[in-house]
Amino acid sequence: MRSICFYFQVHQPYRLRTYRFFDIGSNHHYYDEQQNRFIMRRVADKCYLPMNKLLLDLINEYGSAFKVSFSISGTALDQFEAYAPDVLDSYKALAATGNVEFIAETYGHALAALKSKEEFFEQVEMHKRKVEQHFGQLPTTFRNTELIYSDEIGAMVSEMGFKLMLTEGAKHVLGWKSPNYMYANAINPKLKLLLKNFRLSDDIAFRFSEQSWGEWPLTTEKFVDWLNDIDPKEEVVNLFMDYETFGEHQWPETGIFDFMRALPARVFSHSDFTFNTPSELAEKLQPVSSVHVPYPISWADEERDLTAWLGNELQDEAFDKLYSIKHKLDHCTDPDIIRDWRYLQTSDHFYYMCTKWFSDGDVHKYFNPYGTPYEAFINYMNVLSDFMIRVDEECQESSFQENLDQTIEKAAELGKVVKDKTVEIGKKVKKKVKDAKVNEMSLKDVASMSNAKIKELLRSVDVDELLVVLQDAGEDVRDRIIPNLGVRAKKKYEQLQGELKKVKKSDIKKYTANIEKELRNLFK
Amino acid sequence: MFGWEFPPHITGGLGTACYGMTKGLMKHDVEVLFVVPKAYGDEDQEAVRLINASDISIDFKDKKYEEYWQRITYMEIGSNLIPYVGPEEFRRIMEAKELESITSEDSVLSEKFEFSGKYGTDLMDEVKRYALIASAVAATSDFDVIHAHDWLTYAAGIAAKSVSGKPLVVHMHATEFDRSGENINQNVYDLERRGMEEADRVIAVSNMTRKIVIERYGIDPNKVFTAYNAVEPSDKPDQNYQRGVKDKVVTFLGRITFQKGPDYFVEAARKVLDKDPNVRFVMAGSGDMLNKIIKRVAELKMADRFHFTGFLKGDDVDHMFGLSDVFVMPSVSEPFGIVPLEAMRSNVPVVISRQSGVSEILVHALKIDFWDVDAMADSIYGLLHYEGLSKMFRRYGKEEVDNLKWENAAVKIKEVYESVL
Repeated sequence: MRSICFYFQVHQPYRLRTYRFFDIGSNHHYYDEQQNRFIMRRVADKCYLPMNKLLLDLINEYGSAFKVSFSISGTALDQFEAYAPDVLDSYKALAATGNVEFIAETYGHALAALKSKEEFFEQVEMHKRKVEQHFGQLPTTFRNTELIYSDEIGAMVSEMGFKLMLTEGAKHVLGWKSPNYMYANAINPKLKLLLKNFRLSDDIAFRFSEQSWGEWPLTTEKFVDWLNDIDPKEEVVNLFMDYETFGEHQWPETGIFDFMRALPARVFSHSDFTFNTPSELAEKLQPVSSVHVPYPISWADEERDLTAWLGNELQDEAFDKLYSIKHKLDHCTDPDIIRDWRYLQTSDHFYYMCTKWFSDGDVHKYFNPYGTPYEAFINYMNVLSDFMIRVDEECQESSFQENLDQTIEKAAELGKVVKDKTVEIGKKVKKKVKDAKVNEMSLKDVASMSNAKIKELLRSVDVDELLVVLQDAGEDVRDRIIPNLGVRAKKKYEQLQGELKKVKKSDIKKYTANIEKELRNLFK
Repeated sequence: MFGWEFPPHITGGLGTACYGMTKGLMKHDVEVLFVVPKAYGDEDQEAVRLINASDISIDFKDKKYEEYWQRITYMEIGSNLIPYVGPEEFRRIMEAKELESITSEDSVLSEKFEFSGKYGTDLMDEVKRYALIASAVAATSDFDVIHAHDWLTYAAGIAAKSVSGKPLVVHMHATEFDRSGENINQNVYDLERRGMEEADRVIAVSNMTRKIVIERYGIDPNKVFTAYNAVEPSDKPDQNYQRGVKDKVVTFLGRITFQKGPDYFVEAARKVLDKDPNVRFVMAGSGDMLNKIIKRVAELKMADRFHFTGFLKGDDVDHMFGLSDVFVMPSVSEPFGIVPLEAMRSNVPVVISRQSGVSEILVHALKIDFWDVDAMADSIYGLLHYEGLSKMFRRYGKEEVDNLKWENAAVKIKEVYESVL
């Protein structure tokens, strides 16, 4: 059984309002709420709601045989929450069927993968959480903004733990190879790749209503015939497209909904294809080879490169300026600033600045709220200028100041702890050392003791025993003790000297032990 | 070809356009016989054979001319009409006219007419006399098409057509509505309409002008064609002009009259200065609104940042562009507008109003509505502060304008000629 893999991109940017330079520094509201709401409602009614219902009906009809996958950008999800909760509910209903896979991407539909690994990772993580929150599944498949891919980006995606990534089956990358197999990343072969079959995808997405196209009108019969024309050894046909294709780019009058409604039945009755989600395919298929993509590709335009978003002076300046402040945001906690930071990274802002279409602008004008790339650039730069001022004021400086205070405070605290600890440890060490010494102390050590200590010792020992012991002690010990003896004890000592030989050796030993015990106690 | 002026003796853009056009046509093997009211002798005659209307002799006994003279008398034009002249100058000219009128009455019957070749004094008389001369030229010269530029020469064009039977093409460089707003001079309007009605083809300098011609003059759309103006690539080497000030310079260059929108430029300047005081604004030109503008600049307390140069021409214009960082043309109504092309030729980014014909063809220019002072200020600010923009303009602007050569523009005009032959 061969597979058809449907993947739909759902994205809406936060379009900027007309933001004049005199707003810089005084007005921090950047978005054209009215337009964003209007477009979201329009697309919801023309595409999201009817198409979601259509897919839900198909899933109810065919059960597990019909499956699709989506990636919904964070900016689109946020706008669903704000303007179209009904759309969000319809996606949740699709998620609940278990036949729909939700794919991870960058939260802000950003080009971060090309500029900042850190930001890229953060945004993907953020998006994963958002998807889990809404749809109860943690994505295991990844697709980058506009299917932008290179070996390095793939390696990063693999590092994040994804098993599978979607990208474009660009002709200049594949050469003679077919996109209808599982491939792998060139740096880390653990990451599997599904490549868009751009001919069949674009037949639906772009050419469906094009009456000058030789194959118009496209019917399910014709489409399934083409599927059957594919070499039986080939495993998967990846149909990747903008979800807005249905109802928005291709109007209902073109028959696009009827086409989609009828497609599964025709596929089941006239071909050996089934519908699978990307993660199912990641389980099922093994890579036939790796693909080498040293320079980033995308799914845009004939060139399948990045020139729709980056490359001219306007785009490059805006892009570089934007990411030049990335490090300042590391310390930022202000939720408004973080939100704007994500929204300003959306690739659409750079798309509006593209100058490629001065000559053939019609296709792109539809998506572009600006008359010229120059207007788009000026407006974006005005917004960015204000944003940079805010970041400097509210994140960078304050957090630096705070940081400094905090650091000093922490250092002081740490210093105190360290000091206490040092003292404590020092004491312990000292005591240990002392204890060890004390335990080894013997009568001989008396020679090096102060008179005060010796007197203390004399008070605590049995003087008679001491006097006996003294007979046998070394001269230096005797010289230290005798001057400290009381008058009576001295006399007694002199008496004893004569009787010395009468003292038993064992007694001396015993007495010595007693005295040494007292001696040690004295120092403990 | 009937024109009113020819370089270097010009007061407006018409002479420059005619010169470029004749040069462009010559490159496509079109031979031009150019008739001006007054030739000074130092005109560039590389591209054209210049005929001085003053040198044409007329035999008044020839009945044809008498007929024509009678035919055009009903087109008598109100004598208070003087285009491109402010009220003060107008009064001065009117006084001078009284003195001249004594001699001019006599000269109508003399064999050779003296033409001043300027807009102004005795204008209507000159238009009539010029028409008379035109028919004489038409009768004695060999040509295929008559091409008349602007209403001043339409009478001549009509006369030449009636004498020779050759097709007439009239060229609308500006309409009366562009010059006067809604307070049009009915006589000029009538002459313009008459000229276009009699013409086999009408050339408009922009789609905007074409639309006015069709809607407000009721001319058959099928015979009205748009042919954009062009600019000759500069033959002067790029000069590095020494800047006296560190500040960025934003320039307005044109007549200081209502239709050029100088007042909007002033308001935008104030808005830019509120945000960035390190900018200087220059208004180059003269006109009837100058005093009002100066007053407004003082009122907005920016006289130290806003400078007036008076009327500039020739090298001074290049010098001004050499010092400019942004050029603004906020015209309320501009049939074409060639100055922004000259600015771009000097690598100066331009902000132009959408109410100009040139905005129809320029890609690498910022376009705003003349009344949208906020957008104008925003564009100026963007060009001064975001380097990516000026880089783009340096890269594409000059290239774009260098491609707008008369050599290319003349193709369209030649096609119009061919359509009537």
